[in-house]
Amino acid sequence: MKWLAAAIMGLFLALMLYATSGLPDVGDPDAPANVHVSPYYIEKSLEETDTPNLVTAVLADYRGYDTLGETVVIFTAGLACTLILMRRVY
Amino acid sequence: MLAKYENVIVHIVSDAMVPFIQLFALYVIVHGHSGPGGGFQGGVLLASSVILLRLYLGREASHRRFSTKLMVALATVGMIIYVLVGLVPLATGGNFLDFAYLPVPGVSGAELRALGITIVEFAIALTVFGTLVSLFDNLTGSKE
Repeated sequence: MKWLAAAIMGLFLALMLYATSGLPDVGDPDAPANVHVSPYYIEKSLEETDTPNLVTAVLADYRGYDTLGETVVIFTAGLACTLILMRRVY
Repeated sequence: MLAKYENVIVHIVSDAMVPFIQLFALYVIVHGHSGPGGGFQGGVLLASSVILLRLYLGREASHRRFSTKLMVALATVGMIIYVLVGLVPLATGGNFLDFAYLPVPGVSGAELRALGITIVEFAIALTVFGTLVSLFDNLTGSKE
């Protein structure tokens, strides 16, 4: 059983290593991740949002909805912990 | 249990440090606009200043300044500010969180979006601040 698990793991590792050969190189300007919306943000974010920090512009404006979700996650997790750990009996 | 830390050096150094930590936190929040920083980092710094207060002043004195209830309320207020700022543009013809439609006369769309980003950063900072301090209070067994 142990050897079966090891063989499956080895097979999976080989599959993953094979899949990495199809990935674009690191920093490749023609990679799909670098030709979709990134050039638009780099070119337009300063004039559209008046914010010199590109990261902040993407985080709080272009992806504001995503950041809202992140904040809700933090808030909900903290609230849940508070409710569980609260030393009060109702 | 958090008791008052009986050491005069710790008290004097911490008394001097707390306001500067809070000032630096505000700087980090506002500086998120033009460099590294932002609401999450600034909120953590604000929380660290209050946790320092808790550690050296003890429970009673630090809760008189920043109670757990206040912290939970601040987190909620931050969350509400974020959602309300997102909802305002809906009333004036934009999309959700589309700060270019905030109703401020005489300011261009780009500047309005910068303004919206700053408000959002402060809302995030309040939420992170309140959440972290209330978590600390509950883990150290602070009662109301």
